[in-house]
Amino acid sequence: MNKRNILLNGIIRENPTFVLLLGMCPTLGTTTSAGNGMGMGLATLFVLICSNLVISCVKNLIPDKVRIPAFIVIIATFVTVLEMCMKAYMPALYASLGLFIPLIVVNCIVLGRAESFAAKHGWFDSLLDGLGTGLGFTLALTLLGAVREFLGSGKIFNLTLFPENYGILIFILAPGAFIALGYLIVLFNQLTRKS
Amino acid sequence: MAKKASTFFNMTLVLTAVCIVAGVVLGAVHRLTEEPVMRAEKAKQEQAVQEVAPDFDNDPLAEQYVCTLYAGTKEEMTLTVFPARQNGVFVGAAVESLTRKGFGGEISVMVGFDADSTIRNYRVLKHAETPGLGSKMEEWFRSDKNRQSILGLHPDKENLNVSKDGGQIDAITAATISSRAFLDAIQNAYRAFIQNPETIKP
Amino acid sequence: MITYLSIFITAVFVNNIVLAQFLGICPFLGVSKKVSTAWGMGMAVTFVMTIATIVTYLLQKYLLDTAGLQYLQTIVFILVIAALVQMVEIILKKVSPALYQALGVFLPLITTNCAILGVAILVIQKNFNLVESVVFAVSTAVGFTLALILFAGIREQLSLTKVPKAMQGIPIALIAAGLLAMAFMGFSGIKIG
Repeated sequence: MNKRNILLNGIIRENPTFVLLLGMCPTLGTTTSAGNGMGMGLATLFVLICSNLVISCVKNLIPDKVRIPAFIVIIATFVTVLEMCMKAYMPALYASLGLFIPLIVVNCIVLGRAESFAAKHGWFDSLLDGLGTGLGFTLALTLLGAVREFLGSGKIFNLTLFPENYGILIFILAPGAFIALGYLIVLFNQLTRKS
Repeated sequence: MAKKASTFFNMTLVLTAVCIVAGVVLGAVHRLTEEPVMRAEKAKQEQAVQEVAPDFDNDPLAEQYVCTLYAGTKEEMTLTVFPARQNGVFVGAAVESLTRKGFGGEISVMVGFDADSTIRNYRVLKHAETPGLGSKMEEWFRSDKNRQSILGLHPDKENLNVSKDGGQIDAITAATISSRAFLDAIQNAYRAFIQNPETIKP
Repeated sequence: MITYLSIFITAVFVNNIVLAQFLGICPFLGVSKKVSTAWGMGMAVTFVMTIATIVTYLLQKYLLDTAGLQYLQTIVFILVIAALVQMVEIILKKVSPALYQALGVFLPLITTNCAILGVAILVIQKNFNLVESVVFAVSTAVGFTLALILFAGIREQLSLTKVPKAMQGIPIALIAAGLLAMAFMGFSGIKIG
């Protein structure tokens, strides 16, 4: 597989959110606004790149049977590093993402990519795969966040497009997350099927 | 390089090594970020005090004291008061207040009072309410639409409850519980504030 | 007593873990095609969540807090949960083959169920004591099972209806979940004690 395809694979053909349907919890839970969705996406991107890179480097040192626990420790380490750095340098974003930062550990995307890609490929390919998958996830979350923020409060990235009073409040609340994501996947299916 | 076989020795060795490396890395990062974390928290507190308290020329953070409410009950809580002075005269204070009546746990609010106990300003420090709804607290109770604003009100003279409970404040649409909790935090702040002997009693 | 009842009602209905807090969505979408499998998953989650919460709670209070190592919380909790799931699997296999038959296939999926880790962290954040934590864990799991079974029922019906091609499968399920979440919003505001 050439490098460009590895990168694009994660963004479109195997988009974690719209195609593989992995990591649904942060996708639904943090996308109350475009900014939050993007923050969560970038946080996951960071963990994905780091864990993919390290795991592809040490994969031969790890016996097969303890593969999963070793991967989990590596991922959890990066998540904790991220958590501490965010607390120190981006306290506002950390506060709004809250519980979902430590929960990156159990995001199926991260462990999934480690297991299905990084454990079998070299470090540079794994890095590209992490970058592609992470970007795909970030794009999806930002898009969902933007749709919900726009419909719910008339803003995108805090930029007012129409008065908040005309917003459909439900899209910021829990049910709106499910419904907005459902329709976005429909749209994605429709577009990719034609091309 | 050949893949390591899954012998018991290898497995134990590798897992132990991975855990030790992880521990060392985390310990190091923790030491590096410990100070910035504390600084970020302090800066946030400082900024909140500055925003809500009346103009002051003392150092409210240095004069801070704690005040215990509901002592002895399960509701017991400790609030921090930051007195503000202008030329040595007490002009009001910022109170770091909290409530446990929120939807998703504790809500922490910094509330500023003038010396005569009117609410000057507030800033939500921490909450775990429904995302998108709870965060409306920051704007809602200072907007002069309808009867939303609590600024300039006096907790003793006015009924600071949501209108559903017979009070005079309009709750956030679809978030009555968060609104109740928020007003509870404000009242707790007031309770702590008036314990200061320097406040002007009506 | 009233505290526990209030924790229970809040966790099951008002703040349902799946429909209001968005934790445990993967199994919610993955194993909700049939009511019978939904039951199995619900039971397995209840079982693991309760044990995991007790163990992580004790670890936090007596190890991490006393040693000032709170920052290791994530890594310790996830390892404990992963180990615990393995152990439960081995023990069940030996002690109760019947129960293992029923729950076995769901156990490996549970390690990456974020509801388990989420609840373990939440009880620490909410400052619960041990009994409250256990009540919270059990009620959260009941809420999870309830949402899962209701949803599986809806999906069994959905599979019989004609749906536009692009909406088949997950999209229509998500939209149905949205409507279910809307129904659960009716519980918000309920308060006891």
